[in-house]
Amino acid sequence: MNKNNLILYAVILIFGLVAPFVFPAFKVQLSILCVLIILAITWNIQGGEMGYNSFGNILFYGLGMYLCASVQVGMFFPLAEWTESGGEKTFVHTPTQFFQGFGVGLAVAAIVPTIVAGLIGYSILGLRGHYFAICTLGLGVAAGEISGGIEIIGAGQGFTTPPFPNIGSLEARGEFFYFCSFVSLVLTFIAVKSIYSTRFKLVLNAIRDNEDKAEAMGIQTMKYKIIGWMISAFFCGLAGGIMGGLVGYIDSTDVAFDGREMGVFMVLMAILGGKGTLWGPVIGATIFHIFKEGFWTFFLGWQYVALGVLIVVIVIYFPEGIMGWLREKYPERFGEVVDEADRKAQVELK
Amino acid sequence: MDLLIFKAPILIVQASMDGILLGILFALIAYGMALQWGVMNIINIAQGDLVILGGYIAYFMYLYGIHPAWGVIVSPIIMYFVGIGIYKLVINKVVDRDLFISILATFGISILFMQLMNFAFGADVVLANSGYGTTMLFNNSVVLPNSKIFAAIISIIFAIGLVIYMKKSKLGRAIRATAQNARAAKILGVDTEKVYAATFGINAALCGVAGALISITFTIHPYMGLPYTIRSFMIVIVAGLGNLPGVAISGMGLGVFEEFADYILGTEFRIGSVFLLLVLILVYRRFKLSRKREYLK
Repeated sequence: MNKNNLILYAVILIFGLVAPFVFPAFKVQLSILCVLIILAITWNIQGGEMGYNSFGNILFYGLGMYLCASVQVGMFFPLAEWTESGGEKTFVHTPTQFFQGFGVGLAVAAIVPTIVAGLIGYSILGLRGHYFAICTLGLGVAAGEISGGIEIIGAGQGFTTPPFPNIGSLEARGEFFYFCSFVSLVLTFIAVKSIYSTRFKLVLNAIRDNEDKAEAMGIQTMKYKIIGWMISAFFCGLAGGIMGGLVGYIDSTDVAFDGREMGVFMVLMAILGGKGTLWGPVIGATIFHIFKEGFWTFFLGWQYVALGVLIVVIVIYFPEGIMGWLREKYPERFGEVVDEADRKAQVELK
Repeated sequence: MDLLIFKAPILIVQASMDGILLGILFALIAYGMALQWGVMNIINIAQGDLVILGGYIAYFMYLYGIHPAWGVIVSPIIMYFVGIGIYKLVINKVVDRDLFISILATFGISILFMQLMNFAFGADVVLANSGYGTTMLFNNSVVLPNSKIFAAIISIIFAIGLVIYMKKSKLGRAIRATAQNARAAKILGVDTEKVYAATFGINAALCGVAGALISITFTIHPYMGLPYTIRSFMIVIVAGLGNLPGVAISGMGLGVFEEFADYILGTEFRIGSVFLLLVLILVYRRFKLSRKREYLK
């Protein structure tokens, strides 16, 4: 890691730490941005590096969301009565109970989806290409439809997460959730960055480039695929748990297993930034979030139309993403050795 | 088990009849899916939304006092041009690219259509009433709406008509040639660009017919598209590309499965069970093929 990189990381870290105090009005937006970046990074692990384009990571996100809220309530109060009472709270969490519950809930929200990914991984990851994409799409939608029919987590009427306890400051809620999401983002980034500097990433890339050859070279591809998916699921579940607390209300198809929104967003953000790069998803998610909020503000009601057009335009005209475009423009900066004579010859050919 | 369907065996007959009639409609949509998948190698997520759009055309005819059954003629004509338009704008740029690109691009089209229909037609569940009445069978214990029987007959007519058209006409031959080998077809003078456009148009027209029939027999809603896409995808992968009798049979099988799931699990799990069945079928086939060290292609 050279000096420039260190300065860059330090600037981002300091910005992240002071941001909620400098821009207090954007705390919620910044928290959502952190969650979106986590989702884009995790999607990129198997979508970009492994070449398994999943629409189903929303499954882990929604699972984490429901689990975190259920644990937070269920640790202290009967869950069924809580969901039955709906918006009118019959039980109130004390601050200690709230934070304790949220902490345990986040741990469960991260671990259970990881186990689920491990369990279903062997079956699902045997599919390739578009079959995998459609299968995971089905998985995500099925999870949403089924959770919408389960009574104990609110069924069709939704699940209200515990309200933030009154601990003096009005700003506390926003700051708490901002730091939760920011710390998770930093952890995710560090974890993924360190993974990407090991042999593991090379194996994932080998699977993406040619799975049969990778297997012939003696790599146990299935093992690596499942581990890759489990890493994704871990951080997806964590992001879901935080998002559930942040939004304050969980609905099966509109918030948790929202394949039509969040499920597509994470794919889109990673593609916009550039699949298969470390920084691509981060940049893509940031730009996407700014665009999205612009759409949501200026084209209220038309946002999904704009979103549909955006998907088509990005996918057709910009499939390499921002990082891919930069790489084509400045290959030297990406550590590629450029032979001047070779380059000139290519220009002449064009 | 304390379920009504086991107490009254006649309900099994009812569910099977409903399922078969429903399945014929699904098979018609799946036929369009198989056609474009085989010829252009794209998977169209917006298939279901084309169906719903076709349904709204019939519904609007009904609103303006024309009998919705005429939608079976009008809707495919309009949808053919809609399909050509989509092809010219989007699909021709994804035809020879990675399949995932086509999935994502048509996902975008699907979201776009869903929302535009929501604006144009409102978010209500609607139904074009055909006024065909019902048929009673087996001593009045099985009730079949005539509209469902009508829908099944029209679907069969369209499917057979299309099969004959694909066998006999010049365009049909060109489409089949392109499906076999697009490059060779191009060398031999087939304008593949035109063939692709026509294929997508025919697919959209089939969706239009199916949609018009669905608006008569069931209900339509702007957000109901995706389940139709998944159903047709499922039918195609069970039957295999280019296996038309298989498409018909697996379509009917899916219809029967859905009706039984509706009775046994409850209506709220109906769509969920369809999506879960898709996952199960794919996983089953993956395990079956992995014994031969192969995978689904």
